[in-house]
Amino acid sequence: MKRPVAVVGVGQTHHTTRRSDVNIAGLVREAVDLALRDAGLEHKDIDAVIIGKAPDMLEGVCQPEQFLAGALGAHMKPLLRVHTAGSVGASTALTAVTHVASGLYERVLTVAFEKQSEGNAMWALSPNMPFVAPLVAGAGGFFAPYCRAYIARTGAPAHIGPLTVVNARDNATRNEHAHLREPMSLEDVMNTPMLWEPLRFGETCPSSDGAIAMIISSGDLAKKGPRKPAWVKSGYSYAEAMWVPGRDQVSPKAGQVCAKHVYDKAGITDPWNQIDTAEIYVPFSWFEAMWLENLGFRGVGEGWKAIDRGDTKFGAHLPINPSGGVLCSNPIGASGMIRLGEAALQVMGRAGAHQVEGAKTALGHAYGGGAQYFAMWIVSSQE
Amino acid sequence: MNEPPKEGIKYVETTVRLPYHYVAGDYKALYLLALKEKRILGSKCDTTGKVFVPPIVASPESFAPCSQLVEVADRGVVTTFCVVNIPVIGRNLELPYVAASVALDGAAISIFALIQECKPQDVHMGMRVEAVWKPDGERQGDHEDIQYFRPTGEPDAPPETYINRL
Repeated sequence: MKRPVAVVGVGQTHHTTRRSDVNIAGLVREAVDLALRDAGLEHKDIDAVIIGKAPDMLEGVCQPEQFLAGALGAHMKPLLRVHTAGSVGASTALTAVTHVASGLYERVLTVAFEKQSEGNAMWALSPNMPFVAPLVAGAGGFFAPYCRAYIARTGAPAHIGPLTVVNARDNATRNEHAHLREPMSLEDVMNTPMLWEPLRFGETCPSSDGAIAMIISSGDLAKKGPRKPAWVKSGYSYAEAMWVPGRDQVSPKAGQVCAKHVYDKAGITDPWNQIDTAEIYVPFSWFEAMWLENLGFRGVGEGWKAIDRGDTKFGAHLPINPSGGVLCSNPIGASGMIRLGEAALQVMGRAGAHQVEGAKTALGHAYGGGAQYFAMWIVSSQE
Repeated sequence: MNEPPKEGIKYVETTVRLPYHYVAGDYKALYLLALKEKRILGSKCDTTGKVFVPPIVASPESFAPCSQLVEVADRGVVTTFCVVNIPVIGRNLELPYVAASVALDGAAISIFALIQECKPQDVHMGMRVEAVWKPDGERQGDHEDIQYFRPTGEPDAPPETYINRL
């Protein structure tokens, strides 16, 4: 990065099944107002707006960024939309970082949202393609076979997926923004119906309405306060094609490369010991074990063991998704940015009841498409 | 002037229609025509020799052209799968069904395939399967010409033969 960049404000809505009290513009505006208030700034302090959401078919509104310009406070300002499927929230925030780091803008408002109640995500994510048998039933139907491949490869016992959910739900009880806040026992999760075997209903993210906004600022202005910012130490996005011979959908190369670059740039050589907490994109239970390996926290075949030992629980060695993560709130387009925003809140020391004690360095991560698009950042309490 | 509604209106339901024409291109047009003749075509990378099904004009791996169309087998191996118990709007598949990745013999990547003529719990990674075609005269030149795949009863393929073709 050409110059230091920091997060100076984070605002998110409560995430829930249906926000019928607001339309899309109202939902987005709520997050924007919260972020500006959090940063102690006003619209006049913002140079540009960068917004992301999942594909337009999710709500059936094409190019919503255009009619949202007013709600975003983007009149007479540059407004850019980012598209990278499920990882979009994270790559949108990274696009904002790039625009500030380049020196082009001093402060960028970055926003991500999804109002899933206004459409049918499962339908939108199961398009009938002309040359392919229409068999994939939503994202769960796409990813379940790769969870199966992970289980077959590592010999992970069947309770690891459900145990991941137990931890996530426990975490969400401490997060006032989370959609699913009721704790679940291992038995509760195991007793939910099998949707896409090996994935149960209880091992699947909810469909949520929600939005998040952040103010990304130049380091110079970030130091002027009013609060301690979260310093962006590194941020990268990587992608790979979907149908490449030998592509490993269980541990995609793009994810490994992206993680290596964010660690290298942030001076992290031992992520398991140098990172205090991580918000990673886990829409289906088994992905926590899979990403622990893909992100280099644990070796190949060792991810599930860390979960089994309890090392990733709140208060343990490396708390994963102290917010409850995507398993407890999934406004799809916003989910990636929520990961990055929650990581920022942790290093600012302002994560409330789900604050990881003494968190100084955190990873925010998202993936999208057919596990092809990856976007991550490392944030720190220190410049 | 109309009277304002007495009850607050929270939302209205409307339907979006999005009809479109998908241009097949030469390779996929030939692929579809071949299905009518119970043949499955792939394209072969000029550099690596790897075969893509359905055929594509250039490899996303080597970026080289795939200038040769080749026929692959209508049988292969289940590389991974899931058992689907949840319906999708607009589809009428009977639940539960097995959605599998099947690597056809001779192909470098897998295709999505429905597995039938066996119980879902009997499907497993490495299972050998073959295409069940629509009868002669009923094939239209689209993916539905293959109705589903079924077990062949051959011995399972060893994992190393399909692990990189998920």
